[in-house]
Amino acid sequence: MIPKNLKYSKEHEWVKEENGIVRVGITDYAQEALGDVVFVELPEVGDSFAAGEAFGSVESVKAVSDCYMPVSGTVKTVNEALLESPELVNEDPYGKGWMIEIEPDNKEELEELMSAAEYEEYLATLEEGDE
Amino acid sequence: MHKKDLQRTPLYDIHRRYKAKMVPFAGWEMPVQYSGIIDEHKTVRTAAGLFDVSHMGEIFITGEKALEAVQLLITNDAAKVDVNQALYSPMCYEDGGVVDDLLVYKFSDRQFMLVVNAANREKDLQWMRERVGSLAEVEDRSGETSLLALQGPLAQTILQKLTPVDLDTLKYFWFTEGRVNGIDCVISRTGYTGEDGFELFVSGEQVVELWEALMTAGKELGLKPAGLGARDTLRLEASLPLYGHELSAEISPLQAGLKRFVKFDKETFIGKEALLKEYEEGVSQKLVGFEMVDRGIPRSRYLLFDIDGNELGIVSSGSFAPSLNKNIGLGFIKNIGMQPGDELMVGIRGKHLKARLVKRPFYARKK
Repeated sequence: MIPKNLKYSKEHEWVKEENGIVRVGITDYAQEALGDVVFVELPEVGDSFAAGEAFGSVESVKAVSDCYMPVSGTVKTVNEALLESPELVNEDPYGKGWMIEIEPDNKEELEELMSAAEYEEYLATLEEGDE
Repeated sequence: MHKKDLQRTPLYDIHRRYKAKMVPFAGWEMPVQYSGIIDEHKTVRTAAGLFDVSHMGEIFITGEKALEAVQLLITNDAAKVDVNQALYSPMCYEDGGVVDDLLVYKFSDRQFMLVVNAANREKDLQWMRERVGSLAEVEDRSGETSLLALQGPLAQTILQKLTPVDLDTLKYFWFTEGRVNGIDCVISRTGYTGEDGFELFVSGEQVVELWEALMTAGKELGLKPAGLGARDTLRLEASLPLYGHELSAEISPLQAGLKRFVKFDKETFIGKEALLKEYEEGVSQKLVGFEMVDRGIPRSRYLLFDIDGNELGIVSSGSFAPSLNKNIGLGFIKNIGMQPGDELMVGIRGKHLKARLVKRPFYARKK
């Protein structure tokens, strides 16, 4: 399940740009690998992060996993629904399970992310390494 | 360890068929989850779950002096159990640290089976041969023995469909040899989940057939396969110790709150002197249970602090607890008389988050 209209990072975040604001979440592959998400830690509105920096974390029953900024920017909105219902990350990773919205510092960084087709290829290389 | 070096139980293909996520565990490639840890956990609490725990070790102690050998190895008192009864016990080093914790099954006056942790099997075997090899035969039968755990309030109903053994008469921590779906098994009323349930020892050649028979018999009652992930959250809620977390060569059974399994009135056992000394002087650290007040999940090896920020100890196990809908942990703290209700702090990735001591176990089934 890899929506065509999104862009992807190697750390399995997806981004969706709309009217200059970038929405960020984790991919279906990432939530599947994590298992039941029971806790999500999100940044404060107004926090700024560089691309590649950890902006928060998701915890499944078994493990903690950091979430990385796909592009540099400032946090405008966080999905507070996840604080009470972290399972939304599993149930609807590309929809209700979104994590933060940021104002990017430099829109050109978006160009460096993978397309859906590229991300699909990237996942295939990971699965090969798995066998 | 490389994946190709991992051992597989005879149920490996079955796990794949049930869409298990397989992970390396103690040298084995084992199912960590199937439908999801939370779903499997709740299924075991409300219906029943079937676990493949064939990685566990089965070591037989046989001979005229078998009881003497077992008594020397374990801290609990095997003289007090009857034939067909099982006993939980730590097995200690001379200094009181724990080699392993195990279940002792008495088959006869001259034969006992010790069920040990997979990660410790080789170490245990070596230890037993070294310490009691001259008293009795020490034989590892782990390779040919598989083990299934059928756990949950509906476990008896499901198992009774397949066996002529009257399970009403099989009490907790007793076992019997009997047939399940025509397959010879040792049927034991034991488990590691805090629920009623059974553990079935069976030949590796017949375990696949037994698994399928149980799954078929349990289908209409909601039986699901359950993995090591749920096994861990279930045992944590029930506050059952896990070797490597609540017990180790550095942690004595007294520190882990297992005094009732250390029988000082026994004439002798390995570690008695050291443990008696520790008991008389008082333990330096003790196991406590706590639940988070602030938002956060405690994890093994996170540090514990008092409310002023002074270090108190360390988390041994922690998780979200699916049946309690809370984040809980076990940990060792300095023995300074803290009580349930007292507050402490958990260092979680750079922050001190508030928690509260609670009575153990976190979860106890209604009897």
